[in-house]
Amino acid sequence: MSHWQEALLILGMMAVTFGVRYPVLALSGRIPMPAWLIKALSYVPVAVLSAITVPMMLAPEGDLQLSLGNEYLVAGVASIVFVAFTRHLLWTIVSGMALFLALRFLL
Amino acid sequence: MVVGAIPFGIIFGALAINAGLSVAATIAMSLFVFAGSSQFVAAGLLTQGAGIVVIILTTFVVNLRHALYSASLGPYLSRLPQRWLMPLGFWLTDETYAVVVQRYARADESPFKHWYHLGSSVLMYGNWLLCTLIGMVAGTQLQGMANWGLEFAMVVTFIGIVVPLLRNLPMLLCAVVAGSISFLLREWPNQLGLMVAALAGIAAAMVVDGASRYTRVSKSAGSAS
Repeated sequence: MSHWQEALLILGMMAVTFGVRYPVLALSGRIPMPAWLIKALSYVPVAVLSAITVPMMLAPEGDLQLSLGNEYLVAGVASIVFVAFTRHLLWTIVSGMALFLALRFLL
Repeated sequence: MVVGAIPFGIIFGALAINAGLSVAATIAMSLFVFAGSSQFVAAGLLTQGAGIVVIILTTFVVNLRHALYSASLGPYLSRLPQRWLMPLGFWLTDETYAVVVQRYARADESPFKHWYHLGSSVLMYGNWLLCTLIGMVAGTQLQGMANWGLEFAMVVTFIGIVVPLLRNLPMLLCAVVAGSISFLLREWPNQLGLMVAALAGIAAAMVVDGASRYTRVSKSAGSAS
């Protein structure tokens, strides 16, 4: 890829990314929003983050992998239990990552 | 959050270099685009020899979820001038959104919440640039680092954010529906299945929430009569 092609690629990616992020942010607070929409938006984080996470746990390679050999599933379920009891984000990340790496490289 | 993003920045740096992107272009992408998942996808597409237009369109689709984030943050930011909204918009990411939406939703009346937002954004940005650099250096030294499975850091970070939010039936249903549908539609191209799944999860939560409120209202009406 030549330099001008790389520059074009980055400019284009920047334009569409900013174009998605900024205009809604600029407008949505100025136009009054109906209560149902605000309610719906409160579900956005849980919906999007669950949609990203579940397939990565169940099918890290693309196919369903329901076995103890699937480190993503085992360490993920352990992290869900851990954070449900402790409610501590940083410790969950550290211990979950440690468990994952141990399963992957020590066993 | 910052910890969760570290492996991604490093892996992106390594992937981009191996995909044939120049050193300047790799760092410029983190500097100007600043959107982790779409940068990943871009590096992957480059490896497969995709054209510029395809990559830009894919970036648009992958980042569409940020419009949902913006719409959700908008009401909290309505009193801020544009000179605040432009940088906050540019720096909006999954991680920053997840942290600041919790801060804004907290009941206290602190007038400085947008400073917290700005601080989180700048921290994520600096971290992302630094990790891209580290990844570029490592990517030229180590082979096969992309196969270490470090993307689990994202899984565990998102688990840590989502699980404490599942305090009532609509939220729980939202997570289960969005997760299941996303899993079923995982073969759909360009993360379109992810968008459909998220919308389905929100819709399911809204239906259950509306139904439970209706039951409450009719019960109280019944006891009054």
